[in-house]
Amino acid sequence: MIHTIDITKEHCPMTFVKTKIKLAQIAQGDILEVTLKAGEPLENVPRSAAEQGFTVLETKQLHDDTYQVTIQK
Amino acid sequence: MATKKLSIICFSGDFDKLVAAFTLASGSAACNYQVNIFFTFWGLNAIKRKEGRTIVGRGFLARFFNFLQGGLQNVPMSRLNFLGASPKLMTGMMRKRNVATLKELIEASEALGVNFYACEMSMHILGIELKDFRPTVKEVLGVSRFLEYSEGGEKLFI
Repeated sequence: MIHTIDITKEHCPMTFVKTKIKLAQIAQGDILEVTLKAGEPLENVPRSAAEQGFTVLETKQLHDDTYQVTIQK
Repeated sequence: MATKKLSIICFSGDFDKLVAAFTLASGSAACNYQVNIFFTFWGLNAIKRKEGRTIVGRGFLARFFNFLQGGLQNVPMSRLNFLGASPKLMTGMMRKRNVATLKELIEASEALGVNFYACEMSMHILGIELKDFRPTVKEVLGVSRFLEYSEGGEKLFI
């Protein structure tokens, strides 16, 4: 199942806090698509997810400074 | 891999210092740290169940002090408090700029399983009990138990 979260309006630490809470809520094997801004969120969210054992499947640019990171639980 | 651990001694009951403490706590918990916060003295005001000014505590002086201090809604800024107006203005600015407010940071810390502990000695002075705190406060501790829980991790005094 695919879930989505938009953290483009969030700032540290809520960028990865909200991502972590969402990841905790979804089932093992599910996919989470995180829409985020370039800079701190783009650097930290995928790295933090990977460090915690989640699989970062893809990072793609949606607009100028907006990206989508796909994470599998 | 060993569990990474951060233990914060939250002594201050100042709005800005509480924002710092809960930002670190929630951010660290999101990065898979085990996070402990040991609330002592003024810091206990942040975790009172009743967030406004209410009369709690045993004895007249304790009730008077607890009423004056209030709860989360009454925590002052460490500087430029302007009779309590600044925390409200700052919260408004935080909302306007999409930065998590103090209350949101506390709720995020709770959602991420940050361990809240209350100082037994300070509670004794103020005449307050575990039931006077948020239900997420796990335990009442003394120094030795805090040292045990924080052993092997980073410790911060705020």
